[in-house]
Amino acid sequence: MLSFLTSLVNGLSLGSIYAIIALGYTMVYGIAKMLNFAHGDFIMVGSYVIFIFVSNLGLSPVIAIPVAVVLCLILGVTTERVAYRPLRNAASPLAVLITAIGVSYLLENVALLIFGADTKSFTSVIPWSGITLAGGEIRIQGVTIITIITSVVILLALQFFVHKTREGQAMLAVAQDRSAATLMGIDVNKTISLTFAIGSALAAIAGAFLCSAYPSLTPYTGAMPGIKAFVAAVLGGIGSIPGAMLGGLVLGVIEILARTYISTQLSDAIVFGILVVVLLVKPTGILGKIIQEKV
Amino acid sequence: MTKMKDNKLSFLKKKENVTYAIVIAVWIIMEILLKAGVVSSHLSGLLVPMCYYAIVAVGLNLCVGILGELSLGHAGFMCIGAFFSAAFSQIFKDSLPGGLRFFLALVIGIAFSALFGFLIGIPVLRLNGDYLAIVTLAFGEIIKNILNSLYLGLDSKGFHFSLTSMLELGMEPDGKTLINGAMGVTGTPRDANFTIAIFLLIVSLIVVQNLINSRDGRAIMSIRDNRIAAESIGINVTKYKMLAFTMSAAIAGMAGVLFSHNISTLQATGQYFGYNVSIMILVYVVLGGIGSIRGSVIAAAVLYLLPELLRGLNKYRMLIYSIVLIVVMIINWAPAVLDKRQELMMKFRKGNRKNGTA
Amino acid sequence: MALLEVNDLCIQFGGLRAVDDFNLNIEQGELYGLIGPNGAGKTTVFNLLTGVYRPTEGQILLDGKNITGHKTAEINRDGIARTFQNIRLFSKMSVLDNVKVALQDRYHYNTLTGILHLGSYKKLEKEMDAEAMEILSVFGMDKDAELLSSNLPYGQQRKLEIARAMATKPKLLLLDEPAAGMNPNETAELMDTISLIRDKYKMTILLIEHDMKLVSGICEKLTVLNFGRVLAQGNTKDVLSDPEVIKAYLGDE
Repeated sequence: MLSFLTSLVNGLSLGSIYAIIALGYTMVYGIAKMLNFAHGDFIMVGSYVIFIFVSNLGLSPVIAIPVAVVLCLILGVTTERVAYRPLRNAASPLAVLITAIGVSYLLENVALLIFGADTKSFTSVIPWSGITLAGGEIRIQGVTIITIITSVVILLALQFFVHKTREGQAMLAVAQDRSAATLMGIDVNKTISLTFAIGSALAAIAGAFLCSAYPSLTPYTGAMPGIKAFVAAVLGGIGSIPGAMLGGLVLGVIEILARTYISTQLSDAIVFGILVVVLLVKPTGILGKIIQEKV
Repeated sequence: MTKMKDNKLSFLKKKENVTYAIVIAVWIIMEILLKAGVVSSHLSGLLVPMCYYAIVAVGLNLCVGILGELSLGHAGFMCIGAFFSAAFSQIFKDSLPGGLRFFLALVIGIAFSALFGFLIGIPVLRLNGDYLAIVTLAFGEIIKNILNSLYLGLDSKGFHFSLTSMLELGMEPDGKTLINGAMGVTGTPRDANFTIAIFLLIVSLIVVQNLINSRDGRAIMSIRDNRIAAESIGINVTKYKMLAFTMSAAIAGMAGVLFSHNISTLQATGQYFGYNVSIMILVYVVLGGIGSIRGSVIAAAVLYLLPELLRGLNKYRMLIYSIVLIVVMIINWAPAVLDKRQELMMKFRKGNRKNGTA
Repeated sequence: MALLEVNDLCIQFGGLRAVDDFNLNIEQGELYGLIGPNGAGKTTVFNLLTGVYRPTEGQILLDGKNITGHKTAEINRDGIARTFQNIRLFSKMSVLDNVKVALQDRYHYNTLTGILHLGSYKKLEKEMDAEAMEILSVFGMDKDAELLSSNLPYGQQRKLEIARAMATKPKLLLLDEPAAGMNPNETAELMDTISLIRDKYKMTILLIEHDMKLVSGICEKLTVLNFGRVLAQGNTKDVLSDPEVIKAYLGDE
């Protein structure tokens, strides 16, 4: 029972990291209508920035994290502007996906050249050691608690932003019908840039928590969590903000439970199995809506 | 004499035949160099891999360029072909002559990858675009992870398998381990060689290029170009999508057979069968030209060999490929760039005409 | 017996009845027009007839055979072919292949024959080439056979779509706004093409059109659709002089 509770807590911790990534993923997918395969690599970039500031320059995470957020934000917006926007109306929807795969590879290989393939041990940005429950039987790490709280705060902030501000409303309009939004006087380019800015900033925050909880950093650190966060976004219903949160948590818990009770080897297979099942049984996910092709 | 010459020329007039000619020419040149002993052992070791990557690229191009769906799971199909054929060769290591054993291993590898391509295709092909790509990636990873934890043994009572440990197989003492979990398959007979690899590359080329020029190929391409219109003229969309995907998986499986019979230890690691490998093959396909079968072969061969031969380049290989990939996509697909290209072309033609009349 | 008989057809999207209580009878050899203001549900009727949508209620009989609920591809084999309002050609295939792919139900050889280019492959491909070229020459497009279909001028693309539909040897041809986006010259050429199909192939045609000159010039009968319901039905002249129809088109003054 205790080991189950520990796994559950670990699952929620991993799940809330997935949730933060998935929130960015789902907004980009929902609004820009593209699978940004490089999203996970923004996490890696953010993590390296924090690593340099904290471990190499000895600065406080309080400075490092905002710098990482700003740099990732610039990276995200630039990537969209340079690599994705020209292909937005391409004849094949595969064009922008393949380009995103190219961006993912580019980022990983730039990191490989700068930092090398060796694993960097990341210093946790959360110095708090956490709390113990049940007479010391269950220990909940500080990073776990802060990650969960942060993910909830981000969820609420995004919900407020999307539903209560002009920019957020513009995003919803662009997500629903791009050409109609243009006719309504909404600047689609600006809206999509803003979406990328938010998504990439969230990736940097996720990077800080991911590398604090799992303190080994390589150029490929972001790739798998990125893909799994997409699975989470699909599971929750792509384009849905609460769905991304829910999907992230559910996926994190399943992954940790599978690792604990089935096998480490097969836990990834199970996570991907979930994606397959969801897309086949309910492609709209838990909280998503249906979109039909027009003839 | 002249007649023969004419025949030769008309043979090369068909653009498919040029591809065969290039492959055969490369084979002849390499064989001569190998016989002359001027090929380093490093390069000669790269020849079979060059061929199997070219074969997967041809198979993937059938999926991406002809069917129009992006698969990121072809390394998984390659993995299936590699493991099932290697397990077969383990069983008959000492009881069948090399040539026959490899032929049957090939049949087994292709059959299993086709079977899995078919089974995976049933659910996957109901999706399209991004979702299809990510689900094929998922299936590829599932295959790799399962094969990485699969234990398979054979004894007098038949096959035994387990996903946890060798012990759980409960084999008789005379039992033979075929697949040993993460340790994979060891001691597969090295039945593959460059000539066989070239032969199989040509087989894959014949299959795909002839398919494109047939009834089925046109149906597949019509679905790629416009699914709704294809349905409206009576094309059975599901059937042809399944056909293309299954064949594409089978070709990847064929490459896998070459892979496992060219290496002494076969393991289902990410390095050889992860989604990164699928993406690398996609890079070959895109840089060779989506839908251009010859381009896939040339791109796979050049992009595989170049960095291996120029050691200094290896470090920058993927960096350069990724930049080229992005640039190629934008140049070939961005509507604004295409308009500009068309405009320039018109100007160029006009200019030429003026010069001609002047 | 009518070639096409549609009884009480209805489709509901959410709470909206996009097409309601729709009835239609088209006799063999007729040229029938389906008209109505934008958003009246004309293309939806086509989508129902060709199985893109499943009707919520009602029945579609083609040549006495119930085809309600059949899939699009089956319905084509049953004998309905169509064109689309926004052109849907196989853009990366040649003009010839656009027609050949539509022929293939009648020229059967299996996958293995295709891959190995066996004897019957060569024979059947030759026959397909011949028939496809014949169809193209009827439409005056045989000289463009090797061109990529997306490189054709607009009017020719519409023609190729009709040629492709005809290659499936339909009993009934549906044309969805064939004159849309055409200049008067192209429209005149299109009218010639349509007459040609009728005369040469004795084709039964149902067309959606906004160009009133074209409609009154070639259609024998009309159905007017308004808000998903039939407003008027009958001979072209009678329908076009119906005050209800004029009101729907010009609005209440």
